[in-house]
Amino acid sequence: MRRIYLDHSATTPVDPQVAELMMKYYVEFYGNPSSVHLYGREVRKALDEARTQVATLIGADQAEITFTSGGTEADNIAIQGAAKSRAKKGKHLITSAIEHHAVLDTCKYLAKNGYDLTILPVDEEGLVSVDELKKAIRPDTILVSIMHANNEVGSIQPIEEIGKITKELDILFHVDAVQSLGKCPIDVKAMNIDLLTISSHKIYGPKGVGALYIRKGVRISPLMFGGAQERKIRSGTENAPGIIGFGKACELSGQRMKSEIPYLTGLRDKLIDGIMSRIDNVKLNGPRGQKRLSNNVNVSINFIEGESLLLSLDMIGVAASSGSACTSGSLDPSHVLLAMGMSHEVAHGSLRLSLGKQNTDEDIEFVLEELPKIVDRLRVMSPLYNKTSC
Amino acid sequence: MYSEKVIDHFTNPRNVGEIEEANGVGQVGNAKCGDIMRISLVVEENIIKDIKFKTFGCGAAVATSSMVTEMVKGKSLEDALNITNSTVAEALGGLPEAKMHCSNLAADAVHVAIKDYLAKKSKV
Repeated sequence: MRRIYLDHSATTPVDPQVAELMMKYYVEFYGNPSSVHLYGREVRKALDEARTQVATLIGADQAEITFTSGGTEADNIAIQGAAKSRAKKGKHLITSAIEHHAVLDTCKYLAKNGYDLTILPVDEEGLVSVDELKKAIRPDTILVSIMHANNEVGSIQPIEEIGKITKELDILFHVDAVQSLGKCPIDVKAMNIDLLTISSHKIYGPKGVGALYIRKGVRISPLMFGGAQERKIRSGTENAPGIIGFGKACELSGQRMKSEIPYLTGLRDKLIDGIMSRIDNVKLNGPRGQKRLSNNVNVSINFIEGESLLLSLDMIGVAASSGSACTSGSLDPSHVLLAMGMSHEVAHGSLRLSLGKQNTDEDIEFVLEELPKIVDRLRVMSPLYNKTSC
Repeated sequence: MYSEKVIDHFTNPRNVGEIEEANGVGQVGNAKCGDIMRISLVVEENIIKDIKFKTFGCGAAVATSSMVTEMVKGKSLEDALNITNSTVAEALGGLPEAKMHCSNLAADAVHVAIKDYLAKKSKV
């Protein structure tokens, strides 16, 4: 059976070049980078190189990169660490309603433990308003955390504009860039970002590795104590093969970006246009054009439920995801779609197709051929579908 | 996560549709929760002669709907009323834990349809 992977926002395959390099650091160069001997030094050297590769992709200095176990840990260190270190200055935090749970739930945890939290709404395209942010800022605001690109609907937030505001007011600005890394140019200096979360497995690197960019001069309290690795921000023996793989993935991503963005954008728009023209009662979630992540397609298909759509796609070899309650592990559908003002019933019928570098025109054509058939089949079964339009 | 039987009933659902001349109709669930099941049936001399379903919902919701129509077709109303959501889940070789309460409503829908039939009959 033909297999088409359209869930790259969930994770990506490891690039063979990355895997090959990592293997050497499992079996051949296995020293602890903190060791004095040659075994340790050769790994330390490779870690330094990886740090530079990661820093280069986001316009940072290598000393500003702290490796973590992934995006979730980086978000936690950034938000909890900034909140702790700035507690004397104030206790007000600002985030948005469509953040990843690693950000949203960390902020909510702090709100239960003595901090004040403002959660900014988004418009129907999933965009944060800079004016709303300005209105929310108070004299005791210490941290603003807004994602670069949304993982579900691909909306790209006005990070540069927000960065100007937070810089002027000396408020720390954290950006979760897990979804945008490699898909949008990121320049932490030009965007005035203080803290930036990135993750390896979304850019063809290994799982279990991420990084937090901490601008020089910004003080963050650690969450973990121990061997004082990563400039005491993240104690624990470094995941050397993972970090080295992440570095390589960043280097390759930087090389590909210029050609990959237009390539994916082309496939994306072909998929969006095809779905909109071949299926009735369907709505595109998120913005069109420049404000949308190059690899993201998210549509709500009325009268059917997301999980049954995913199951049907899976049966013909197509892997996708949905914001339906059945796939979110709770009784409510995606918090992102609800924040965009969508009704529960429409949110239950959402479908996310996220593209990657291995996808082809033929993949898109196959999906455009098969998806309408699946939708028809499920609608015939649906008590919500108007019989006269069958 | 789903048993083979669930996948079979999801892929080839039995008795899909709506019976126009139905003498009992039952609907449970709501779109907000993501599951709606509508059962229409024809009862003759205390026997369920025909039954069809329409379901908006996940794989488990569709499979339980399909399964329950097979289980009660040709049965007496008493037998049908004895079939519960958990008997349906059992007949499907079990459902994932998370689906047991949210998407396992098919027997309820049948019971509502039978009560609808009985209520209409008592009015005549």
